[in-house]
Amino acid sequence: MNPQEEVSRPVKQAWNWRIWAGFLVALAVIPSYFVFFAKYPTTRDVPWVSWLMFAISTWLLWTGIRRAFASSKVYRGRITGPILAVLSLGAAVFFGYATLYASRQLPAAAGAPRVGEKAPEFTLADTSGNMVAMSTLLSEPMPGMAGQKPRGLVLVFYRGYW
Amino acid sequence: MRPVAISVDTPDESAALCRKAGYTYTFLSDPKADVIRRYDLLHGSGSPDGKDIARPAEFLVDDSGVVRWRNLTEDYRKRATPEDILKAAQLLQ
Repeated sequence: MNPQEEVSRPVKQAWNWRIWAGFLVALAVIPSYFVFFAKYPTTRDVPWVSWLMFAISTWLLWTGIRRAFASSKVYRGRITGPILAVLSLGAAVFFGYATLYASRQLPAAAGAPRVGEKAPEFTLADTSGNMVAMSTLLSEPMPGMAGQKPRGLVLVFYRGYW
Repeated sequence: MRPVAISVDTPDESAALCRKAGYTYTFLSDPKADVIRRYDLLHGSGSPDGKDIARPAEFLVDDSGVVRWRNLTEDYRKRATPEDILKAAQLLQ
């Protein structure tokens, strides 16, 4: 047997699944937050599950890239790994920006009516297009309440639905 | 307590939202943000496509039209829960 022939026989590198798993987990954070986790205050207000997903992604990418360099004959990914890591970092930066900065950029509303002040009157169109006045909302009986006036109103101003 | 939701959405947009989510309470449209401005809740160009919208806020108004409780969140992801509002509504007993 020729020793040189043995050494030069190429060994097929194994697929570095960790760098891809890490990348996919990072990629899943943003859609999973908006589609699912944002519906519940416990995972929306402080998105701990999302940050946990980024931590898992970081661990997978780190161990995957380490393998790619330490055992480069066994594992692929010395170029792909760092690229996927940078993309995953981009996703984390964007998520951090959206949930820690952008959602707090709200005007101060210093002139909003305070406790003890009269709520400004208004007359606006309801979903059927009928104009409804605040005084009507306060005096008209609520459906199913046996002709009783409401004790008060809960005015919920919201950004809008799109 | 009568819940009343107000935004710049048109009556049709609110009607679609109510149908989709099953809401049955009053939804009012303030497309030019006039009332929103009256309550000093305007968020200029606050929507993703640059529209003037309301910044989120909730007010408890008693039967004489006086504000008894309000919540001006610092983060639009965080809003008053139904429990917060029910607790505040006990002020009106």
